[in-house]
Formats: sequence, structure tokens, C-alpha cells
Amino acid sequence: MSIDMAQFHQAFFEESFEGLDAMETGLLNLDLGDADVEEINTIFRAAHSIKGGSGTFGFTDIANFTHVMETLLDEMRDGRRQVTQIAVDTLLRSVDCLRDMMTATSEGTAIDQANVAKHKEELDNLLHGGAGTQTAEVSQAPGDNTGKRGDGQGWQIVFAPHEHLLRTGNDPVRIFRELGELGGLRAEADIAQMPALADMDPEVCYLSWDLRLLGAAPRVAIDDIFAWVEDDADMAIVDLDQQDEIKGEVSPLKEVDAETAPPSPAKTANPPAASAPTTPGGSEERRKPVAGGGGSNANSGSIRVGIDKIDGLINMVGELVITQSMLGMLGEHFDMSKVDRLKDGLVQLERHTRELQESVMRIRMLPISFTFSRFPRMVHDLSSKLGKKIELVMSGEHTEVDKTVIEKIGDPLVHLVRNSLDHGIEMPQDRIAKGKPETGIVHLNAYHKGGNIIIEIKDDGKGLPAEKLLAKARQRGLVSEDANLGTKQIYELIFLPGFSTAEQVSDVSGRGVGMDVVRKNIQALGGTIDIESEEGVGTTFTIRLPLTLAILDGQSVVVGDEIYIVPLVSIIESIQIKPQMINLVAGRGEVFRLRERYLPVIRLNEIFGIPNARAKDLSEGLLVVVEGDGQRCGLFVDDLQGQQQVVIKSLEANYRRVDGVSGATILGDGSVALILDIPGLLRLAGRNQPLEQRLSA
Amino acid sequence: MASILAVDDSASMRQMVSFTLKGAGYEVVEASDGVEALNVAKTRNVNLVITDVNMPNMDGITLIKELRALPSYKFIPMLMLTTESAMDKKSAGKQAGATGWIVKPFNPDQLLATIKKVLG
Repeated sequence: MSIDMAQFHQAFFEESFEGLDAMETGLLNLDLGDADVEEINTIFRAAHSIKGGSGTFGFTDIANFTHVMETLLDEMRDGRRQVTQIAVDTLLRSVDCLRDMMTATSEGTAIDQANVAKHKEELDNLLHGGAGTQTAEVSQAPGDNTGKRGDGQGWQIVFAPHEHLLRTGNDPVRIFRELGELGGLRAEADIAQMPALADMDPEVCYLSWDLRLLGAAPRVAIDDIFAWVEDDADMAIVDLDQQDEIKGEVSPLKEVDAETAPPSPAKTANPPAASAPTTPGGSEERRKPVAGGGGSNANSGSIRVGIDKIDGLINMVGELVITQSMLGMLGEHFDMSKVDRLKDGLVQLERHTRELQESVMRIRMLPISFTFSRFPRMVHDLSSKLGKKIELVMSGEHTEVDKTVIEKIGDPLVHLVRNSLDHGIEMPQDRIAKGKPETGIVHLNAYHKGGNIIIEIKDDGKGLPAEKLLAKARQRGLVSEDANLGTKQIYELIFLPGFSTAEQVSDVSGRGVGMDVVRKNIQALGGTIDIESEEGVGTTFTIRLPLTLAILDGQSVVVGDEIYIVPLVSIIESIQIKPQMINLVAGRGEVFRLRERYLPVIRLNEIFGIPNARAKDLSEGLLVVVEGDGQRCGLFVDDLQGQQQVVIKSLEANYRRVDGVSGATILGDGSVALILDIPGLLRLAGRNQPLEQRLSA
Repeated sequence: MASILAVDDSASMRQMVSFTLKGAGYEVVEASDGVEALNVAKTRNVNLVITDVNMPNMDGITLIKELRALPSYKFIPMLMLTTESAMDKKSAGKQAGATGWIVKPFNPDQLLATIKKVLG
């Protein structure tokens, strides 16, 4: 039988990557000196599964490498080896190496053997206290070492099972059947131990056997057959060539396969299962996937979905079908007396559709721990590199987020956490000098709030130096000398392109990716980022992201014949303004005063060139006060329509990127409405204004 | 046709075992750890159990011990999936009542050959 093993590869890689993550987490959690056995066991189990799987699916390199790790872990588990920092670090590096190997294998590219050899040597050194090349058990066994005999008379086998043999699920008849395949077999049962029928326990094996296996079967093959029961029976195997005289007369009580031809050498190519690795055919089978099945389908994106979610979905579809059939029946013989039932049905339909939509959305939701899980390792590595003592606290790891957000939020978060480690947390001696605990804390937190997910990165470090930031911004010409900025606006400066706070760019942060990129990435996900900071106390970055990227809560606004959608999260309020609130400022266009602040007015009809807007004068229409990037402005529109959830259709995928517009949606009447991108609009409107005016507006 | 309970915490191994056995016409019930397997075993009878040894929640050896204590599983063959090196596991498994073992790594043909022998 040939089974294409490649079909299981994807599942294998998925669980192996999970296993590697589990190993890494486990290793980071280990307490040196006094390690929790259960924790080591978890790590061991992950390594063990990877070894078993990779061996089975033919990834010999991975299996060999994992074997060495497993041996090391096994010794730690049994207490034969101390859990030292060196061992943990070596294992962590090996996990990285293994991950590289796994990635290379899944993508069908070559494994970096030099790197593997380096790490393997490191492990071997640790294992043996010196250079050693241990041959892994899973390496290809030599073809046939079963020690074939020449023609011979055969074997005498005395087989006296212990009483409990049957209760191990072993059946002597099976054993005899297998022996019969090796050659002619005669079996004689010894019934001396049989009790009287009345005393007999049917679950006990009272029989023993004297067996003659005729022909030239190899001893190994016989041993294999008895391998499972050798501890459950008294046995003797005697070579008939060497002992011609056998005690007693052999009277064939039962003859099994007496006609079986004496075995040819070819028979040994198909020995019983316990000798698996010696099968030449088998080793060939196992080599095949290495050559061919590299990573055929490793990249097809898949998602693991909990059964409860699927069940919820099926349940919801069931409800929908019931509602649909109810409406169908109603429609067959409809008259006006049934109009109330029709309305009820439609309400139900709406509810079920919404619930179905939510259930489908939930499928794409994954816990944020997928992103958070990389940080313990990062903090561990970086803090020792920086010579700082830092503890990472994580909470809300189970908060669920859209899969795309999970994939895209990783890099910005890494950057922010790096910043906190590098620039935020002080050196231990500085902290002590300031009366703070020696160990700094970085807190990653995630939670749901409204229709958003909030991610906080909080450190108890030195905080942002507002004065320094402002001085630097002035020096770079990003802010004019006389601009009067509030603290919050000064913090916003770090998001400007070309602004780096580090006096020296270290290799930890400052890799050419600035905070401006962080903000841009977050905005691309429809999110915002805020800073709160206090000098000497710490800094908190708050990222606010939509729960899903496919649906948006929007407010429809009317301008002329057009309808636009304003994301509800951006809206502060909508107001009707009186003429006395409006000012015209030279060089800054229209502004209006709202609670002692002057906000610029953006006329949507001008930005989008709509000729037939109803409201020409500001007091005729409405101002929708919106916020984006920490700046506020009033969008001037004719009128407001309802609020609704809209399904976002990408403009870029269907047309091209348009400034000030983040996407489009299709309204209930079939027409298309553009979804406004508020930060983009602000940029569009303020393109020609100097920065500080925008900031102080 | 005989039914087989396949227990392994690794989904890929389970898939492979299950696919192989189903292809040979066996009915296969899967479980991802000892606890789940025990629950399955209590609700229905199978003709053979194949279990991994290292698993979370309940390992294979404990599973075998627990299963053997059930009247309907007293004589049912139970095989452990284990690596060659784990001699202590083999004997611990035997003590617990395992019928035998299949050595990892194995390929589908080896698995089927063993199963066929045990089930006859």
C-alpha cells in the first residue's frame, strides 16, 4: 500500500510550530535550580512529539536534532541534570534553530546544515561535556541485520505464559499464527496446570506450549514475535541444530500451517512489526517525503477554529433556515391580515442574519496571545543584553482579535516593547538611586472596550522628557521656535517622520523603523495610538483597534447627492453652529470656536468637488466634529442619516488608493458610498499649512 | 469490520493512523488524550486500542491501566506507540496491561501489518 504522506505534512508543521512555541514558553518559565518537573515535562513532551512526527514523516534531520534536545530534557526531567542558565539558553537557541529547520522544510528550501551542526555540537557538548557525535536512534537503520541462518532443522520453543497473559490482550493463537508464517510449526499444549472445571477461572491462562518451528527462520524474527510477551511468560528457545536430542516425544497436538514452505530469505524482508526500522522497504518509504514532499501545501493559510464556534454557526444557520421557511409559507397565501406576522418574521430574519454574521466573524477571531507569546523571549533576551532587570507582565492574553490584526500588529508591538525596554526602563543602579525597585516592569495588557480592542504597553521607566522632545523638534525644524504646545502635543511629535529620541541609535531599537511607521501600521488597521507619560514614573502607549476589519460602525452623512460613511469611532459630536462661532483666520481658512478651542472646518463638498451641495453657508448645514491622530476638526456636511454597520470593500483591491478615503461600501439601495479616512482627510486638508498651526489649532 | 480507538495528542499522527486504518477498512475512533479516550471507551466498545504514551491530561500508560480495569476491555488488545529507546516505557506499559507496542517512527505499511496480525 502506498499512502502519500505529504498530505499530513501541513498538520505536522502546524502542530510542530505550536510545540516550538510551547517549548520556548516553558523554557522561559523554568526556575533555575528548582525547576518544576511538570514544566520540564511539557517541554519534553513537545520535543518528543516533534521527534516522533518528524521521524514518521521522513524529516530525518529534524528528528535527529530533536533527539539530542530530547535526551537533554529527559535528563533534566529525571533530575540527572541540573537546570542551569547555560542549558536553558542552549535549548532556547536550539528551539530557534529547530524553528529555522522547520520553516526551511515546510517551504521546501534547504536546511542550513552548518547552523544545525553548530547547534548540535553545542547540545552535544552540554550532554557529554565534550565533543561527541551521538547517533540518533531514528537515523536510518542498516538494511538487514537479522542474522539469517543457513538451512537448519529449526527451533524448539518452550512457551509457558504467566496466568495473566490473556489480560494483556495477547492471544497465543496470534503468536502461533505469526510463527507459522516463518516455517512449519508444531505446537504441543501442556495441560498439567489445568484445574477441575469447577475451579477454572476463564480469564486465566493455564496452558503452556512446546513448539517446534521447522526450517531456517532467523532467531531475530522469533524474538520479534515474542517481544510483546517475553515478560509475561517463561520461555526457552533452543536451536535444534545444536541440540538434536529433545526431551520427550513430540506428539503433534495441533498443527498450524504444516504445509507452509520453508521460508525463503525474502521472508525476512517482511518481519513482524516490532522490528520496524530494519525493513528495507520501510526505510525507502520514509525517505521519499524528504525528496518530494518538501512543502507542497505548507503555505495555504489555514485557521484553527474551536468546535464551539462551528457549533454556534451551524445552530445559527439552522435558525435562519427555519425563519426562511416560515416566511416562505407566509408568502404562499399572503393577505393583509398576515402583515403583522410578516413583520415579526422580518425582525427575526434580521436578528438571525446579524447573529450569523457575528458568528462568522468570530471564526476569524484569535486570542491576542498569538502575538503576545513572542514577548517573554524577547524581554528575556534583550534585558540581559541591555544589562537591565525587567519583568514582563501580561494580562488579557485571551482577548480575541481579528486574524489580520494579529498578523499585522506584531511588528508595531515589537517596536513599542523594544522602545520601552531600551529607552523606558532605566539601568538597575539608576532605578535604585531614584528609589524605585531594581526590576522594571513592562506590562502588556489587552481588553475589549466598546467595539474596539485596546492594547496597552505600560512601563514604569523614566517617562518621556517633554522638554528634550520639544528642543529636539525645534532643532530639527519640525516645530517653529514660538509654537506653544501642550504636553500631549509634544508627545505626538515622536510620531513625526525623522524624529528619533535616542541620543545614540542602539542595536536594540532604532533599526531605522521609527514611531511614524508604527503609527502608520496601526492606522492601516483602522486604529489609533495614544501616549500617556509622566517623567520618572513611566509611559503608557494605548493602541485602539477595531475588532474586525471587515465591518465598520458608521454614520452616514449627506453631501449633495452623495452619501459618505464616517467611522463612528472618529466622531466626537455633531453640532449645528451659529454664525458667531465662525472665524476667518488669514492663511488658516475657516475655523470655528467650540468650548474655547478653535477647530478648522473641512468642507467635504470642496474636498471631493461636489457641485450641488445644499448647504453653502456654514450655519445651514451640520458640522461633524471628528478626531484623527489627536487632532480635531469639523466636517461640514448637508445632513446626517442613520448609523449602521457597513461591510468594508477595499478600494485598493477594486480601484486604487484614494487620499482621504479608506474604502467603500454598498448601501441598502444598492448604491456605493465611500468610507472616509479621517486622518487622511486631515492631512489632505492641511497639506499646505505649517505643522504647528495644525497642532495648535 | 473491526473498530479501533486511536489516541494521540498529535493531530498529524492521529490523521496518519486514522487515514491508514480507514483505508484498510477499519472503523476508527479518535481521541486526543487519555481522558478523552477513556470517555470514548466507556460509551462504546472497540476491538483494539492504539495509544501514544506521552500525552497531556492522561498519559498512555495510565490510560491502558484504566481501560484494563473496565470489564469490557479486559482482553482487548492495546498497543502503545513508543520510541525504540524508551525501554522503561515499554515495561511500564506492559505492567499496566499493554498488549504490545509499535515502535516510532513507523510507516503506514508497518502499522497495518501489526494491526492485521493482532486482529487476525
